[in-house]
Amino acid sequence: MNLSQTILGVTFENPTVLASGILGITAASWRLVVQSGAGAITTKSLWPRVHQGNPSPTIISTEHWMLNAVGVPDAGPEKAKEEIGDFMKDHLAPLIANVIGLSSEDFAAITRVIAPLKPDFFEVNLSTPTFQKLRGKLFAEDPEESAAVIRSVKKEAGIIPVFAKLTPNVLTVGAIAVACVEAGADGITAINTVGPGMAIDLRSRMPILAAKKGGLSGPALKPIAVRCIAEVYEATEGKVPIIGTGGVYTGEDALELMLAGASLVGIGTAVADGIDVFKRVCEEMQLWCTNEGVWNISDMVGGMHKAALTQQ
Amino acid sequence: MAPIQLQSRLPRTYRIKEIKQETEMVRTFTFDGSLRARPGQFVMVWVPGVDEIPMSVAFDDGAVTKITFFAVGDCTEALARKQVGDLVGLRGPFGTSYEWKPGEHIVLVAGGYGAAPMYFVAAESVHHGVTLEAIVGAKSKEHLLFIKELESLPHVSLHITTNDGSMGYKGYNVDILEKLLAGSQVQEKSQRSQKSQRSQRSQRSQKKSEDKPIDRVFACGPEMMLKRVSEITAKYKVPSQLSLERYMKCGYGICGNCCVDPLGIRLCVEGCVVHNDVALKIADFGKYHRDAEGRKHKFA
Repeated sequence: MNLSQTILGVTFENPTVLASGILGITAASWRLVVQSGAGAITTKSLWPRVHQGNPSPTIISTEHWMLNAVGVPDAGPEKAKEEIGDFMKDHLAPLIANVIGLSSEDFAAITRVIAPLKPDFFEVNLSTPTFQKLRGKLFAEDPEESAAVIRSVKKEAGIIPVFAKLTPNVLTVGAIAVACVEAGADGITAINTVGPGMAIDLRSRMPILAAKKGGLSGPALKPIAVRCIAEVYEATEGKVPIIGTGGVYTGEDALELMLAGASLVGIGTAVADGIDVFKRVCEEMQLWCTNEGVWNISDMVGGMHKAALTQQ
Repeated sequence: MAPIQLQSRLPRTYRIKEIKQETEMVRTFTFDGSLRARPGQFVMVWVPGVDEIPMSVAFDDGAVTKITFFAVGDCTEALARKQVGDLVGLRGPFGTSYEWKPGEHIVLVAGGYGAAPMYFVAAESVHHGVTLEAIVGAKSKEHLLFIKELESLPHVSLHITTNDGSMGYKGYNVDILEKLLAGSQVQEKSQRSQKSQRSQRSQRSQKKSEDKPIDRVFACGPEMMLKRVSEITAKYKVPSQLSLERYMKCGYGICGNCCVDPLGIRLCVEGCVVHNDVALKIADFGKYHRDAEGRKHKFA
């Protein structure tokens, strides 16, 4: 059973990807994630300058959900160059450079710095809930704003494929995806965190997160991710690859996202339960596929839509 | 006051039951109830409206939980202003703990407020027939911590060091460690060759525990002290376990702030207590740590 795929000219040993914002501060941690079975890694969001995150508590969870309001901290381009440069020396697996900014110019500036390091893909963070605090709204709420950012990143990315990372917090995720693709995006990442949500400590009567609210992730995200991926796949007619992210803990979760239309599957919050989650998810996918007579994992991609066509 | 309930990744606030002023800058807070923490594990301590920081558990006997802290930054200074009955958030426990086997002869090396988790180890391990050499070091007499508590335990030989000589040996705790290990090695060799025990003795009293070779060393304190413990225990080929402190946000392996080079391991999950064979492979150890944005800062 073959878990590998070649997507936009890049070969992935398996479909699992470390999602942006999880670990991912240092080349050493990326290597450990690859050694733990991930097919690719995504960096934390890279800013064109030093960006301070929020005070703590920033990450809290129960077995049902995680809330995070880390606030996208980053030490700026010099550190990004150092860590990516280090990782690319042995390039154990594809590296997806996630970029962020407050304007199209910001996104262009950081892409210009990172492109010479030859990341395998760029992923454009249009959708962190932190944008609400920083600029009043998310880029990914608006097709025009999303398209403008994608155009500016594409100008700097050269031949490196660009993925737009979208928010589930709109009812028009398909339309936003289409706007990004028309602006030049080579692929879509869906989804970022849901919400934001809030948790209150009973005795102190205070919100627990210092930033009060934070993006929600964890197991409950999966049905929302599946729906968004399916809508993006339909709206883009299955023509661009999708990195599906949200609530993946098992091989069956990953396969479900792939049937909805994902070619690659991001894993994030599940890392809290063990960094070996990547290896385990791959083994479970392999077992399931072997039992069901699926020999190439790429045959699963968009399977729900294909099945619907057959039934018509 | 409601007792602490078992939980880990979501903070809850608890009322401070008791405050003990250990030294001018160091306080211990006691909370009713247990987090079921093992010695060496840490909790995230939340001061509502201020910040949340990692802190070693100073004590947890299944009935009460204690934290001991030095008021040195925004969060710990705010914590130091709290009174009995005030609310403090706790979540955890997280990370690895010190590991020993029944009947072993163990050296504890405590620097500064690292004495708190070392006392926790002692209080737990003496129930397992362990004999202990507790070396507690501080700048001067008034900064020494948990001396009386350690003295009150059976099977614990206390070694005190102060940099200024105001109490105990004048010098560093690691000097005593080296003497104990050198002595232990001589004993071990002589035992192996079945000669009579005519071993070197450290300057302190002859206790029965010293007649046994040292099985392992536990240390908690400033990083440069830990670095010396690592070097000394490697030199004498005695296994050691060291508590490494790094900036942490989540405490359970998500944020990546505490990952160390070149292994990439997370000190909140694969640490804080690491065995010396792992510590020796950590490039950061004794050299640099990372801040909230991931930038490197050298240890002074």
